[in-house]
Amino acid sequence: MTGPDDEPAGSEEGGPLVAIREVVAGYGGDPVLDGVSLSVERGEFVGLVGPNGAGKTTLLQTINGVRDPDSGQVLVDGASVDDLSSKAASRRVATVPQDTTVAFEFPVEDVVEMGRTPHRGRFGGDPDARDAVERALERTDTARFRARSVGSLSGGERQRVVLARALAQATPVLVLDEPTASLDVNHQVRTLELVRESTRGGKAALAAIHDLDLAARFCDRLVVLADGEVRAVGPPEEVLTGERVAAVFDTPAAVVPSPVTGAPTVTPLPDPTTESAADLCVHVAGSGTTAARTIATLAAAGATVTVGVVPTDGLAASVAREHGIDPVEASPFAPVDAATEAAARDSLAAADVAVVAGALPPSLHALVRDHDAVVRVTDDRAGQSGHDDEVGNPTAFSTEDATGTAGEFSPDSRATPETVVETVERVTTAPVAADD
Amino acid sequence: MGTGTGTGSGTATDAGTGTGTGTDAGTGTGTGTDAGTGTDADAAESDTETPGARPANRRSATARALAWSTGLSVVLVAVVLASAAIGPVSLSLPVVAKASLNAVALPTGVTLASTSVGLGGATATVPVPDLTYTSLFAFPVDSTAETIVRSVRLPRIALAVVVGVALASAGTVMQGFFRNPMADPSIVGVSSGAAVGAVATIALSLSIPFGVQGAAFAGALVTAFAVYLIATEDGRTPVATLLLAGVAVQTFLGAVVSYLLLQAGESVEQALYWLMGRLHTATWGQVEATLPVAVVCLVVLLAYARDLNVLLLGEEDAHTLGIEVERTKRILLAVSSIVTAAAVAVAGVVGFVGLVVPHMLRLVVGPDHRVLLPTSAIAGGAFLVATDTLARAGPAELPVGIVTAAVGAPFFLYLLVTREVHSL
Repeated sequence: MTGPDDEPAGSEEGGPLVAIREVVAGYGGDPVLDGVSLSVERGEFVGLVGPNGAGKTTLLQTINGVRDPDSGQVLVDGASVDDLSSKAASRRVATVPQDTTVAFEFPVEDVVEMGRTPHRGRFGGDPDARDAVERALERTDTARFRARSVGSLSGGERQRVVLARALAQATPVLVLDEPTASLDVNHQVRTLELVRESTRGGKAALAAIHDLDLAARFCDRLVVLADGEVRAVGPPEEVLTGERVAAVFDTPAAVVPSPVTGAPTVTPLPDPTTESAADLCVHVAGSGTTAARTIATLAAAGATVTVGVVPTDGLAASVAREHGIDPVEASPFAPVDAATEAAARDSLAAADVAVVAGALPPSLHALVRDHDAVVRVTDDRAGQSGHDDEVGNPTAFSTEDATGTAGEFSPDSRATPETVVETVERVTTAPVAADD
Repeated sequence: MGTGTGTGSGTATDAGTGTGTGTDAGTGTGTGTDAGTGTDADAAESDTETPGARPANRRSATARALAWSTGLSVVLVAVVLASAAIGPVSLSLPVVAKASLNAVALPTGVTLASTSVGLGGATATVPVPDLTYTSLFAFPVDSTAETIVRSVRLPRIALAVVVGVALASAGTVMQGFFRNPMADPSIVGVSSGAAVGAVATIALSLSIPFGVQGAAFAGALVTAFAVYLIATEDGRTPVATLLLAGVAVQTFLGAVVSYLLLQAGESVEQALYWLMGRLHTATWGQVEATLPVAVVCLVVLLAYARDLNVLLLGEEDAHTLGIEVERTKRILLAVSSIVTAAAVAVAGVVGFVGLVVPHMLRLVVGPDHRVLLPTSAIAGGAFLVATDTLARAGPAELPVGIVTAAVGAPFFLYLLVTREVHSL
């Protein structure tokens, strides 16, 4: 082998590189994993998600051989990890552990070189060591502090050093336990890109990742693990649904495609049991993230939500669908036609409260204003002008002139996406007196 | 006999370069004044040279180990010669050097001699290898001086070197093994076990094979093995359990030793001297018995230096890096217990060498066992020779254990209040 990932050791015959079959494992008689089956193919980056205590770390430990399963089998490249010597197992599986503290003060380069341990005889050398170490240092962007002591590095730098160690190990399988836990945004993305890139060279990677958005963005498949069982396996967009996230993580969540990457993004929502608008029927009109968050919050609070008019295929529309609401949509760049307006009017008439969230076409604005109870939602976080509300949609859904419309809403009926539920409730219990 | 002097004779000529190299490697800024050493060692490690891939200011561990070991060997030789010159009869250094070189001999033949060994009432005849030696040098030296150096001072110095090497290397391994800079070679009860064996033999006037030393050696190994068994469950030996079991067993054996001392009667003084650690009864025979054990154990431990480094990352990490953790721990524990037992059996409980010397060296050369282990071993030899010289130079001779503790404890406290307390 000459490189850390170009030529992974092992045969090239078919079959998954990692095959986990009915694995039961745990501490004493208490199984943490209860019959887990899973496979990871060559060239695949699989993300392991699930709540704390789901058994993610234990599962990874059965793959790298730290923990022997109580029953079941873990095959790596066709051989049972159980039967392999520590050295043979370490030539197949490299591990990036969760805890990266190093007790004694080794220079970075020496720590990375320890990744070559399984390739080295007790008295023999390792001719590939230097190449592998150099490449690993470069790829993880750690070469510049190669001579520094590991103890003097920050947590994020140390994590990259440990990743470099795993890359220098030049194994066909890479197992990572929270590789991005202590990294900044830049290095989170770079680390996962690096792992994904390695898998494109033929490696198989399995990573426990807490950040669902990152997992969805970088992994080819996600495995949802909860209570020691696999709850779902598949591409991120299939696995990550609001319902499943709610069930597994025990919190309601909105899952919508990221406007930037297209990967599902998960937003946990307030617990519906603490806020209730169950008996309310609310109509939301608007656009952009403000509308999306308002819809999600209201739906999570249990209100019956109708939506319209929102831009076709925009964020608000997709969030509405995510919550089982059929939105009234209009093409962002065209004037709102009569049929659409009528549909919106019907919904409005049926609603107890009308909510305007974000920018709205002027024609609809008049429509909404006629409603008895109107709540205006603005997103304080969305920026000073509100122009970023709806990217690429400057005409039809133009942001109203702030001074022109602000006066139309009493201070009582203004809200942010976070406070919309209580504002809606307040408006319905004590309707705002009509000034006109 | 006397590896110290043997090594010294080879390296004494390049004393200047040796020391220079040592300093360079220590600060990590070696700028290639002796690049030859570095390249040679690199090649020996069979790392292929990649042009420009490695900054020039980083040397391979082998090169650093070689440089430091050479430098420290020079120090060791200097300490040995100085020690041999000091005593009731003052001798000049050239005389001492010549007499010492005359003492350097290689074993050239082995015959089996019979020794009768008594156990209880029965006696048995046991074959014991008897080596014949050939001297390498024959400098003309005044015969009185030669007798003083060869028969009185050198056996003691040689034994100090061997015991110091043994304790310091075992201490280095234990500190790495327990991932705890405060561990020492007797942490698993080796010294306490040896003490029980020795004091029981002295106090109860037992007659057993190989006398006090045999009893001490056996007591040490039995105790270490017992502690290991207590701490082992399902084939796994957690180091925390091992540490606690060692402390508990040491406490218990301390009580046994105290009780035995009460029963010792007139032999209590002899027992106390043994407990304090002393070298004044040193003979060439003891050197012959302990030197091979120390050399073999040190070689085995050196072969595991890289594994020890990886173990410092934690056992789980070590496992994922291809170390058979439990097996490696067993080997390291067994070998360092044997080497400690051999040292303690001939010298008694000499404290602090195994604790302080690895510590000092770690501060200077860093945690890499490929460098730390050989340098600690040599420095341990030099340290014990120096402290033993101090012990016998005064008006009344002291047990060396008192001196090592008197020097070591303040240093230990110094470490505690300055830097190390933060990094435990």
